[in-house]
Amino acid sequence: MTITLVIFIPFLAAILVPFIYKRVPNRNIGWFILCVPLALFIVLLRFIPAVSSGETYIHTIPWIPSAGINFTTHLDGLSMIFGLLITGVGSLVILYSIYYLSARESLGNFYVYLLMFMGSMLGVIFSDNLMVLYVFWELTSISSFLLIAFWYHRKKSRYGAQKSLLITVSGGVAMFAGFIMLHILTGTFSVQEIIKSIGDYTDSGLFLFAMILVLLGAFTKSAQFPFHIWLPDAMEAPTPVSAYLHSATMVKAGIYLVARFTPVFGGEAVWFYSVTCVGIFTLFWGSLNAVRQTDLKALLAYSTISQLGLIMSLFGLGSAALNEGYSADSVIYTQATFAALFHLINHSTFKGALFMVVGIIDHELGTRDIRRLGGLMSLMPVTFTIALIGSFSMAGLPPFNGFLSKEMFFESIVNARSLGIFEMGTWGNLFPIIAWVASVLTFVYCMIIVFKTFLGEHQPARLDRKAHEGPRGMLLAPMILAFFVVAIFFFPNIVGKYLLSPAMEAVYPPFKGAQGLVPQITVWHGFKPALLMTIGVIVVGALLYVFLRFWKGIFTIEPMRWSLDSLYNKFLVQTEKGSSYLTSFYMTGYLRDYLLYIFTFFIITIGGGLLLTNGFSFDMSGDAPITINEYIIVFVMMGAGIAILFAKSRITAILLNGVLGYSIAIFFVVFRAPDLALTQIIVETVTTSLFLLCFHFLPEWKKEKSSLPAKAVNGIIAILVGTVVTVLALSVQGHKLFTSISIYFEDADELTGGKNIVNTILGDFRAFDTMLEVVVLFIAGIGVYTLVKLKAGMEGPDVEDE
Amino acid sequence: MKTNDVILRTVTKIVVFIILTFGVELFLSGHNNPGGGFIGGLVLSSAFVLLYLVFDVETVHKGIPFDFKKIAAFGVLLAVGTGVGAVIFGSSFLTQTFRELHLPVFGNTELATVVLFEAGVALTVVGVVVTIILSISEDV
Amino acid sequence: METLITILAGVLVTVAVYLLLSRNLIRVILGTAILSHAVHLLIMTMGGLKKGSVPLLGEHAEKYTDALPQALILTAIVISFAVTAFLLVLAYRTYKETGSDDLDTLRGFKNE
Repeated sequence: MTITLVIFIPFLAAILVPFIYKRVPNRNIGWFILCVPLALFIVLLRFIPAVSSGETYIHTIPWIPSAGINFTTHLDGLSMIFGLLITGVGSLVILYSIYYLSARESLGNFYVYLLMFMGSMLGVIFSDNLMVLYVFWELTSISSFLLIAFWYHRKKSRYGAQKSLLITVSGGVAMFAGFIMLHILTGTFSVQEIIKSIGDYTDSGLFLFAMILVLLGAFTKSAQFPFHIWLPDAMEAPTPVSAYLHSATMVKAGIYLVARFTPVFGGEAVWFYSVTCVGIFTLFWGSLNAVRQTDLKALLAYSTISQLGLIMSLFGLGSAALNEGYSADSVIYTQATFAALFHLINHSTFKGALFMVVGIIDHELGTRDIRRLGGLMSLMPVTFTIALIGSFSMAGLPPFNGFLSKEMFFESIVNARSLGIFEMGTWGNLFPIIAWVASVLTFVYCMIIVFKTFLGEHQPARLDRKAHEGPRGMLLAPMILAFFVVAIFFFPNIVGKYLLSPAMEAVYPPFKGAQGLVPQITVWHGFKPALLMTIGVIVVGALLYVFLRFWKGIFTIEPMRWSLDSLYNKFLVQTEKGSSYLTSFYMTGYLRDYLLYIFTFFIITIGGGLLLTNGFSFDMSGDAPITINEYIIVFVMMGAGIAILFAKSRITAILLNGVLGYSIAIFFVVFRAPDLALTQIIVETVTTSLFLLCFHFLPEWKKEKSSLPAKAVNGIIAILVGTVVTVLALSVQGHKLFTSISIYFEDADELTGGKNIVNTILGDFRAFDTMLEVVVLFIAGIGVYTLVKLKAGMEGPDVEDE
Repeated sequence: MKTNDVILRTVTKIVVFIILTFGVELFLSGHNNPGGGFIGGLVLSSAFVLLYLVFDVETVHKGIPFDFKKIAAFGVLLAVGTGVGAVIFGSSFLTQTFRELHLPVFGNTELATVVLFEAGVALTVVGVVVTIILSISEDV
Repeated sequence: METLITILAGVLVTVAVYLLLSRNLIRVILGTAILSHAVHLLIMTMGGLKKGSVPLLGEHAEKYTDALPQALILTAIVISFAVTAFLLVLAYRTYKETGSDDLDTLRGFKNE
C-alpha cells in the first residue's frame, strides 16, 4: 500500500505545484518540492531491513480485472535499489536545481515535469503489471521530452527532444508488442507470474520475438548502440535534468528492464549474446567517441552511453548462470550481475557528481568547451576536488568505488572465457580485449575532464565571465555524491549486504539463498588478471593521454565520419517528405472528394457485402396497412425531396425542406409518437427561421458551375448510396434475428415512476446519452457564439529559434 | 430590427405568456405524458425568440436580464450534477430515483430526481437556442 | 407501410447525397438536414410501424409501439438541429470572411 502511495505522491505534488508557484513565484519553491523525494527516500529506507532479509511486498488494486490489468506494486531488492536511486538522486538534483535555475525561468513547469518524471519512473520500477509498467514507461519518455525541450525557444532543444521521444517511444512500442506476446504465451500480465510459468513456453515461436522486442525497448531507453544517438542531443536539457534523467535514472530504466526480465529470458543464448555484445560494443563505441568531444557535457553523455554499455554487458554475462541452474560452478557467473548492480549504484554517484560539476562550470563561466577552459584548480578548488573524485572513480582508480566495480567487471569478463555453454570460443577471448581497450579510452577521457579543465593555462580572455567558485548551495549536492563515492569504497559490504543481496535474489529467483551468490567485496584480491588489467589500463591510458594530440587524427579517417546521426536525419527528412506526399495525394482540400471517398467506401463494403453474402431477403408480410392519406404524404415528400434538387431559388429549397420536415411530423403522429411530433414541429420551425436568418447574409445561390461528367458522377454515387441504404434497410427488416428489448422499458412505471416510456428512456434508462447530447448541444451553442463574436485576430509573432 | 406594429406587440405580450405556460406544462408533464425537457425547453425558447423578434434586443434585455450562455452552462452543470449526485449516494452515475408523496394541496404526487435532470436539459436547450439566434441577429 | 417508408428514406438519402456532393455551401447544409430526416424515418421503421398504442403507460393499452426508436430519434433530432445551426453559422461566417460560398474556391492554401 505504501508503495502505491509512493508512486502517486509525486503526481499529486505535481498537481499542487502550480498553486504553490502562484504564491511563491521564485526559486524558493524548490524547497517545497525537495520535501517530496526526501520523504519518499526516507520511506523507502525504512523498508531496507525487511527487504534485505528477503521479504517482498505485493499490493494489488483492481483496475481492469477482466483484462488482467491490475495496479499491482511489487517491492523487492531490485526495485529497492532503483527506488533509492530515483528518490535519493532526485532530492540532490532538486537541491542543486534551486541554485542552478534562475527565477526568470518558468520554474513551475520545470518542477511539474520533474515530479511527473519521478512519479512515472517510480511507477516503472514498482509496477508488477506489464501494462501499467508500459504506461509509466511511456510517461517517462514524455516527461523527458518536456524536460529536454524546457528551453523550447532553442532549435537544438526542440531537435533533441523530438529525437529522444521518437527513438524511445518507438522502442517502447516494440516493447509493448513484446509484452502482449508474453501475455499471449503465459496468459498473465504479472511479471512475477510470468517468471514462475515461463519455463513451459521457452520453445514457443513467440518467445524469441517477445525477447527481441522487449530488448529493443530496453536498448532504446538505455541508449545502447545503435540507438545511443539521442542521448548526446538530450544534453540540451538543463544540467540538473541531464544529471537526473540522462545519467542516473531514466536511461537506467532499460537496464532495469533487462535485470527484471533476466529470470524470464536469461539462460537463452540469444539473450546472452545480444545483451552482452550490444553492451560491450556500446561500451567501446561510447568511450571512443567521448575522447574526441570538446564539449564537457557531450563528453559526459558519451561516457554515460559507454558506462551503460558496461552495465548492460555485465547483465548479459550474468544471465549465463541461469542456463545451467544452480551449481558451485555456475554461481561464479552470477558475479557479473552482482558487479552490474554494484556499478549501477556507483555510476549514479560519480556521474551525478560530474554532471553537477559541469553544471557549475557552465553556470559560473558561461562555457563548457574544454578548449576555452583550463587552470581552474586554484580558482575553483572545491569543484576541482569533486571532479577529481568523480573522474578517478569513473576511470577505476582507488580509493573510489569505481575501482571496486571495475575490478569485478574485469574479473567476470575473464571468468566468462571459461563459460562452457553457447560455444564461447573466440568470443571468450574477444570480450576481454574489447573491454580492456574501452577501459583504456575511459581512462583517457576521465583524464581529459580533470586535467584539461582544471590544470593547464587559465585563459581569462576566452571566458565570458570571471572565474570563481560556485555558490555553496550548488556545491552541496555534488559533495554529498562525492562523499558516497569515497564511502562506498571503504564500506562496500554494507551496500552488498543490504542492497545488492536482495536484488540478486530478485534477478536469480532459482538461486535464492544459495551459497556464493553474494560475495564479499574486497579491495585486494592479489595479483589476479583483473588487477593486472587495471594496471595496464592506467599505464597505457596515461601514455595515450600524454600523446593524445598525436593519435587524435584517427577520428578524421573516413569510417569515423559515418555517423548514425546523419542517417537518422536523412531518415526523418525522407519520412516527412514521403508522408506529406502521400497525404497531399488524397487530401485534396475539396469537400466533394472526401465525401466521395466515404460514399464509395460505403457502397463497396456494404453493397459488396450484401452481394457476397447474399444477404437480401425481403419479407413484407409483417407490414402495416397503408391508408390513402399516407400514400399522399409519401408521394408529396418524395416530390418535395426531388424538387429540392431542381430548385431555382434557395427560398424554394428551404420551403421544400420545411415540407419534408412537417410531413415527417405528421408521420410521427401517425406512428404513435407524440413526443417526436411535437419536437419535430418546433425544431423544424426554428431551423427554417435560422436558415432564413442566415440567408439574410448569404448570397443568392447561383447555378452550379460543375461540369456535366462531375454531375453525372455525383448522380450515380447518390443513386447507388440510396439504393444500398434501401436494400440494406429492407433486408434488415426481413431478418429479425433478435427479439426486441423494448419489452423491458414497458416496466417503466415500476422502475422509474414515469408513464411516458420515451421520456423514461431519455431520463432514466439511457440518461447518459441524454447528458452527452446536452453537452453536444451546449458545445454547438458555444461554437456558434465564438464563431460570431470572436473575429480572427492577427496571430502573434512566433517564438522561433535562438 | 425596430418595428412599429401595435397589433403584433399587443398580441405578443399575451401570447408569450401562453407559450411560456405551455412550455412549463409540457416540461412538467413529461414524465407521464408527452413533453419533457427537450420539448419544454424548445417551446420556452420559442417564446423568448418571439419576444426578441417583436421588441428589439435592448428592450427585452432590460426585461429579462439573463445571460443565456450562462443559463445553458448552468443547465449542463445541472444535468451532469444530478449524475454525480447519484454517485455520492453510492449508486451508479446518473441513477435516478422517485418517491410517491402525499402533499397537502396536490394530493398524491410523485417526486423524481429525474425532474432535476430534465430541468438541466430544458435550461440548456433554452440557453443554446436563444444564444444561437441572438448571436446571429446581433451580428449585422 | 414499412417498405414504403424505407423506399421514401432511400429517395431522401439519394437527394441528400447529391446535395452533399455539390459545391454550394447552403446546398451541402441542406443535404445534411435532409439526410437526418431520412435517418429518422429509417430508425422509426426499424421498430415496426403502427404496431400498438402510443407509448404512454397511462393509456393502459395492450400493446405499445416500440419506444426505443422514438427515444433515439428524439436525441437525433436535437443533435441534428445543433449541427445544422452550427454549420449555418459556419457558412455565413465563412462567406463574411472570404466572400465566397463556393467550396471549390474555399480550398485553402496549397502549402498548409
